[in-house]
Amino acid sequence: MSKQHVTTTVNGDPTEFLAAPGTTLLDALRDELGLTGAKEGCGSGDCGACSVVVDGRLVCSCLMLAPEAEGRRIETIEGMAQGGRLHPLQQKFLEHAALQCGFCTPGFLVAAKALLERNPDPDETEIRYWLAGNLCRCTGYDKIVRAVMDAAAEMRQVRRAS
Amino acid sequence: MPQLEYSSPSTADDAVRALAAAGGSAKVLAGGTDLLVQLRSGRIRPSVIVDLKRIAGAVGIREEAGAFVIGAATPGAVLGEHAALSKAWPGVVEAANLIGSTQVQGRATLAGNLCNASPAADSVPAMIAAGATCVVVGPKGRREIPVEQVPKGPGETSLAPDEFLLEIRLPPRPPRSADAYLRLIPRTEMDIAVVGAGVSLTLDAEGVITAARVALGAVAPTVILVPEAGAALVGSRLGDQALEKLDAAAKAAARPISDKRGTVDYRTNIAGVLARRAATIAYQRAESRA
Ligand SMILES: Cc1cc2nc3c(=O)[nH]c(=O)nc-3n(C[C@H](O)[C@H](O)[C@H](O)COP(=O)(O)OP(=O)(O)OC[C@H]3O[C@@H](n4cnc5c(N)ncnc54)[C@H](O)[C@@H]3O)c2cc1C
Ligand code: FES
Ligand code: FES
Repeated sequence: MSKQHVTTTVNGDPTEFLAAPGTTLLDALRDELGLTGAKEGCGSGDCGACSVVVDGRLVCSCLMLAPEAEGRRIETIEGMAQGGRLHPLQQKFLEHAALQCGFCTPGFLVAAKALLERNPDPDETEIRYWLAGNLCRCTGYDKIVRAVMDAAAEMRQVRRAS
Repeated sequence: MPQLEYSSPSTADDAVRALAAAGGSAKVLAGGTDLLVQLRSGRIRPSVIVDLKRIAGAVGIREEAGAFVIGAATPGAVLGEHAALSKAWPGVVEAANLIGSTQVQGRATLAGNLCNASPAADSVPAMIAAGATCVVVGPKGRREIPVEQVPKGPGETSLAPDEFLLEIRLPPRPPRSADAYLRLIPRTEMDIAVVGAGVSLTLDAEGVITAARVALGAVAPTVILVPEAGAALVGSRLGDQALEKLDAAAKAAARPISDKRGTVDYRTNIAGVLARRAATIAYQRAESRA
């Protein structure tokens, strides 16, 4: 099977990779580019562990073919911390113990970041609906929701101060 | 996985050529939220995947003399963010936005929901109630057909293997018109409809219904238009009598199956209940536009 050459931007860096036409973006990120933050929990769009942002839209990378990424801007969990400084969401996940095994965490963080970029002040219901496509088998969700609310509050404060 | 090619044509004609060249073994790709699942499970084994998203106009919404034209590859999230579309067709937009999670909304399309031909597809009752049409492109050119003519049975459409949907059109709206879609699922998110009901109606200045269309999902092998249910509403102000007639017509049209989501009796009853509730919401929306 001939592989296709794909040119994209991943976390701001121009990136090229080879992909067999039937493979997913998730496969390409993990196996070709070594970006193993996005996880495969289900491979069918149900769990959100593979969440990435493509041209500003939150998507499941397990439901996107790798060649579809041609010319697109992709953001993954690996681009979230800036120069070793954790994003407020990452920091709050640690403080609130919003993870146990951590398998779902990259997906939740990417999805929560996409939410706060659209809505800096979501209420609990909005957070739960936005994150309904992210499954966690460990935490029971409450700590995740609290971490997102706390991160949002902190980010609003920082924005006001600056 | 067997040999598979990916093609992303930039014109509709090139897409038709790619489909025709594959002689029936190609699959059209819009958002991929059904297709990728089917591909990965081995349920389908196409030789070529023809991605519509690079065709000019395939992603986006434009207004044409009061009609909305929705490109076949436009994801649900884009519909929800379009203020004019959401105002004119709240039922179609709420139905589209019920599909899956935020992540699924970033990709899933109306055309994909229609062409996947699930009897429980959420946006399809709303589109049929709306009187939506679709533009089909093939080797012989373009034709426009009502949305209800696309699904033939579970997973089966009336399109030839070298045809695809280029766009979906929602007709111009008379004043005091509105629509609504409701589905019943066992939880509040991420599940398949037990029953779905779409209603679209138009009122005169006195609040009398002058036109109404009702469509039901998950109660037959395809989503169905129920003309008797629409007729039950016309001439009324949606009083108790009209609602009773609507309920009876919806139940009479329902030919559901029993499965783990619901029995025949349950689904039949719910079809009546949801039709009444969706009609009530559509009526209130239309009234508030007077
Ligand atoms: C987690 C999850 C949750 C879901 N929840 C729901 C739900 O609540 N309600 C619901 O109704 N569905 C649901 N779905 C199913 C799916 O998301 C929808 O049916 C969606 O609208 C499909 O659109 P798509 O653009 O992704 O289609 P695709 O997967 O791209 O295509 C679907 C089918 O239609 C064909 N096709 C697509 N576009 C065209 C076209 N323009 N012309 C001809 N053929 C075409 C494809 O070849 C394929 O056979 C869910 C799916 C997932 C993964
Ligand atoms: S791995 Fe993509 S949604 Fe579960
Ligand atoms: S922390 Fe284990 S699945 Fe969420």
